[in-house]
Amino acid sequence: MSAVPYTQTTHVPNKLGVLVRRTIETLVLPLAGIVVFLVLWSVAAQKIDTSLGKFPGPAAVYLQFGALYSEHIIEREKAAAFYKRQETRTKERLAQDPGYAPKLRAYTGKETFLDQIFTSLITVMSGFLLAVIIAVPLGIATGLSKTLNTAINPIIQTFKPVSPLAWLPLVTMVVSALYVSEEPMVAKSFITSMITVTLCCLWPMIINTSVGVAAIDDDLLNVSRVLRLPALKHIQKIVLPASIPMIFTGMRLSLGIAWMVLIAAEMLAQNPGLGKFVWDEFQNGSSDSLSRIMTAIVVIGIIGFLLDRGMLQLQRFVSWDKASASR
Amino acid sequence: MQPILDISTIDMEFPTPSGPFTALKEVSLRINKGEFVSLIGHSGCGKSTVLNIVAGLYQATRGGVVLNGKEVSEPGPERAVVFQNHSLLPWLSAFENVELAVKQVFGRDKSKAEMKEWIEYNLHLVHMDHAMHKRPDEISGGMKQRVGIARALAMQPEILLMDEPFGALDALTRAHMQDSLMEIQSELKNTVIMITHDVDEAVLLSDRIVMMTNGPAATIGEILPVNLERPRERLALASDAEYTRLRADVLRFLYEKQRKVETIQTEQKPKKPKFNKTENKAA
Repeated sequence: MSAVPYTQTTHVPNKLGVLVRRTIETLVLPLAGIVVFLVLWSVAAQKIDTSLGKFPGPAAVYLQFGALYSEHIIEREKAAAFYKRQETRTKERLAQDPGYAPKLRAYTGKETFLDQIFTSLITVMSGFLLAVIIAVPLGIATGLSKTLNTAINPIIQTFKPVSPLAWLPLVTMVVSALYVSEEPMVAKSFITSMITVTLCCLWPMIINTSVGVAAIDDDLLNVSRVLRLPALKHIQKIVLPASIPMIFTGMRLSLGIAWMVLIAAEMLAQNPGLGKFVWDEFQNGSSDSLSRIMTAIVVIGIIGFLLDRGMLQLQRFVSWDKASASR
Repeated sequence: MQPILDISTIDMEFPTPSGPFTALKEVSLRINKGEFVSLIGHSGCGKSTVLNIVAGLYQATRGGVVLNGKEVSEPGPERAVVFQNHSLLPWLSAFENVELAVKQVFGRDKSKAEMKEWIEYNLHLVHMDHAMHKRPDEISGGMKQRVGIARALAMQPEILLMDEPFGALDALTRAHMQDSLMEIQSELKNTVIMITHDVDEAVLLSDRIVMMTNGPAATIGEILPVNLERPRERLALASDAEYTRLRADVLRFLYEKQRKVETIQTEQKPKKPKFNKTENKAA
């Protein structure tokens, strides 16, 4: 370290010194935090005994990452083999009997951890997008019109504090009743989870959009009036850009809640996804179960973090106000 | 000369919880084509209210405003406003800010190339060619105000309304902007109403200075014609006898006849809550 010529008295910023300090801030400190956490975790894990063995420490979780991945690979190979068998069988049958209409069956093996991650991600994104499509226009409308806002606000305030999980039974029943089709494009369970996600995303997004629109500077609105911008152009050129920072605040808030709620909904309703994985492992009760659940928890956390970062990047890309997108 | 703008006996009342508050009482003013008129008065006397009524942003309780034989009932680009705090859209560059106005006003009559040329011409008038593609948060307060003026000029208004356009600028920048404005004015000869609380600015720029009495029920106290020859030179005028007399006249009106009462009255005008998101560091 003596090679680093950085002293407190130097006023000219030393390039190497700055680099070292930045590395310490952005890399070394978080890493140190992680290491301390891992040590505390493994020490604590050693001390907790459950009926399913010891509480999983970092090492057990690390092993499970590998195990879950190889299970996924094996399952994929099985699926490939199944489709190959099916294909050869169909060909043989067609050779004997040219009038035979081949029946293709999908592989019905167990869904792996990676499949469940994928399902959950697709569900949360679809529910979130559906909420954006509904909430942003509605939020803009209530932000622009005091009358509409006064009319709708009590409804929003009433439904906002309701846990979306409370909706789940109703949503399940309604989807079963209304979504009837011979060959459904997507599974009913997917629709149920998606609507639950939408329901929890809706409120924060409407409220934030509406507040953002209502808070637009009077001067900017006057510019629009002097220019006699038509309503649609007014929204497109003034209202939307001005409220983008608040819209994104609402979207980030919603996505965070949505990810938490989705896992719980999947556990409760046994809909495919990471929540079901956790619940299945719990019911399974093998010696590996706890470490597999812990692995799922780590993955859920990392995905939640990445979703938030992703939204932040999107906001940086879309919004003119870089300052509001810095946190 | 034929008056282009006729403000005839307007009253303005704002509703308050304790009954209507009369901000303006019987304000009448005629402005000729090509005339530069300043409105001066103590703060809170209703200068901005007059301007906002002419702009169409407020509706007078009684009386009305006629521009070129047509009654003013809503805002429009033929009465372009230069706002006090520039009011540029922070997500658009200087060019795009002017472009929004030009497209709205000339979208049908001008081709794309003509519009581009017209935008650049107006930005050139205010000496902003070099920073055309910068966004408001990348330029200084004075430059923002220049773009605001360019945007208003680009609408080719029949009358240009300026609400304390240089109020938020430091003294040196303000002097510079005043010189710029005189230069533009000598070329375009616009009809202008400018609100100011700066006596020197009023005398330097105006053909007439309209002095307003204190509110409530503010009205026009005196009108002072300024017959100084143009082009006016700031330094030469400093020792000019006529300039000194005019300046003294305005000062006498403001500080003798319309002395602001010592007790500070809270403003009773209902104001919408403001969110100064666009407030800049430079201002």
